[in-house]
Amino acid sequence: MPEVSMTVNGKPAKGQIEGRTLLVDFLRDTLGLTGTHVGCDTSQCGACVVHVDGRAVKACTMFAAEAEGAEIRTIEGMAEPDGTLHPIQAAFREHHGLQCGFCTPGMVMSAAALLAENPTPTEAEVRDYLEGNICRCTGYHNIVKAILAASGQDVSRIAAE
Amino acid sequence: MYAFEIDRPNTLADAVKALGAEEAQALGGGQTLIPALKQRLASPARLVALSGVAEIKGICTGDDGALCIGGGTTHADVAAGAGAYPALAALAANIGDPAVRNRGTIGGSLANNDPSACYPAAVLGSGATVVTTNRQIAADDFFEGMFTTTLEDGEIITEVRFPVPEAASYQKFEQPASRFALVGVFVARFADGVRVAVTGASEEGVFRWSEAEAALSKDFAPAALEGLSLSGDGMISDLHGSGDYRAHLVAVMTRRAVAAAG
Ligand SMILES: Cc1cc2nc3c(=O)[nH]c(=O)nc-3n(C[C@H](O)[C@H](O)[C@H](O)COP(=O)(O)OP(=O)(O)OC[C@H]3O[C@@H](n4cnc5c(N)ncnc54)[C@H](O)[C@@H]3O)c2cc1C
Ligand code: FES
Ligand code: FES
Repeated sequence: MPEVSMTVNGKPAKGQIEGRTLLVDFLRDTLGLTGTHVGCDTSQCGACVVHVDGRAVKACTMFAAEAEGAEIRTIEGMAEPDGTLHPIQAAFREHHGLQCGFCTPGMVMSAAALLAENPTPTEAEVRDYLEGNICRCTGYHNIVKAILAASGQDVSRIAAE
Repeated sequence: MYAFEIDRPNTLADAVKALGAEEAQALGGGQTLIPALKQRLASPARLVALSGVAEIKGICTGDDGALCIGGGTTHADVAAGAGAYPALAALAANIGDPAVRNRGTIGGSLANNDPSACYPAAVLGSGATVVTTNRQIAADDFFEGMFTTTLEDGEIITEVRFPVPEAASYQKFEQPASRFALVGVFVARFADGVRVAVTGASEEGVFRWSEAEAALSKDFAPAALEGLSLSGDGMISDLHGSGDYRAHLVAVMTRRAVAAAG
């Protein structure tokens, strides 16, 4: 079996793969990083979003072999080593941006990619960017609110609907 | 997924060689092919990933003023880098969602020729030229019906050359679950006439609406389309909309595209 090596959350990582091994399976099964979720078989739900060389990618729709040499960041790489939450994670907790939490890793990684591109997005821009992230629980409102709050914008006037 | 090997060549020459192997298939961004492999709708023995081939990525302007986009260029890179052709950049910015746009490529979209995909409308509506490892193909000769093109086995789309029109717009009526076009219309006005390409509607895939082209070439205004309509026969009919509904939408989206192009 061929071997692949990449950097995951700042640390070198390598392992044996098959041609058909998806990046998400390499992260979850080989590296034990089960924070990245799989919610569908059709590339539509976004629960598996990670960053590949700084860009949001569906880890279920990329082969591990194609990540050779890449910098990968997953939800496990967001909080500080001492456990202090990343500001986006803290905002999700503060503003009830999750219920069951299944979609949350993908939501947080998409939000981080958005804020890296566009540090103070409008509500419409947040909703547009999250088009590929599906949540069955929250109705999105508090997710959008959390991301706006994480961007440093005042969300006190955004009512919980 | 059935098992297969993956090659990741760094040059076009190596990619062509690798595709010469028995049952080999190109892998672009994988945003269509990987879901298809998961459903066992395809069973290649070998995938040749084009993502490492730098020479088929990027955007430049040709000597004749055409905008040239490498076949391996992602939708996100076209959205960010095709400012010389704003309607095309806007189309790319509206494909799927950000993660799909970060991987999916123009070459993959055209080779796949999904009847509801966006790029085929831009290519046919612009009268673009598809450049492959073997030849140059005019848009009018490239698309051969739903999921079929004139591409041969092992032929790689290396570049797409878009003549830049005086005015253009793509209007997409989105099917919110799939994020593809329920109907999408690309209208482009050139000095020598207007082209109108329709995606999402016909069972034959993308097509030109010639009556609308003739009317708009005389008078480039939404009013010029009054009285023109298409039949629902031969239009896609599914749970998202009947053929008649799609035919109606084509006229609506064409008017909107003309109004938006100005
Ligand atoms: C959730 C979701 C939403 C989407 N929404 C839209 C949308 O709104 N509009 C839209 O147009 N598309 C949409 N797509 C499809 C997307 O644009 C795909 O990226 C595209 O159709 C295929 O491009 P790819 O590079 O991913 O190709 P792949 O999936 O890798 O390949 C597709 C086919 O093309 C062949 N191929 C790939 N590259 C080349 C090349 N350079 N030369 C020759 N053959 C090649 C492959 O062998 C394969 O047969 C969506 C996809 C998803 C998952
Ligand atoms: S698991 Fe649903 S998009 Fe990746
Ligand atoms: S919190 Fe349950 S799916 Fe989003």
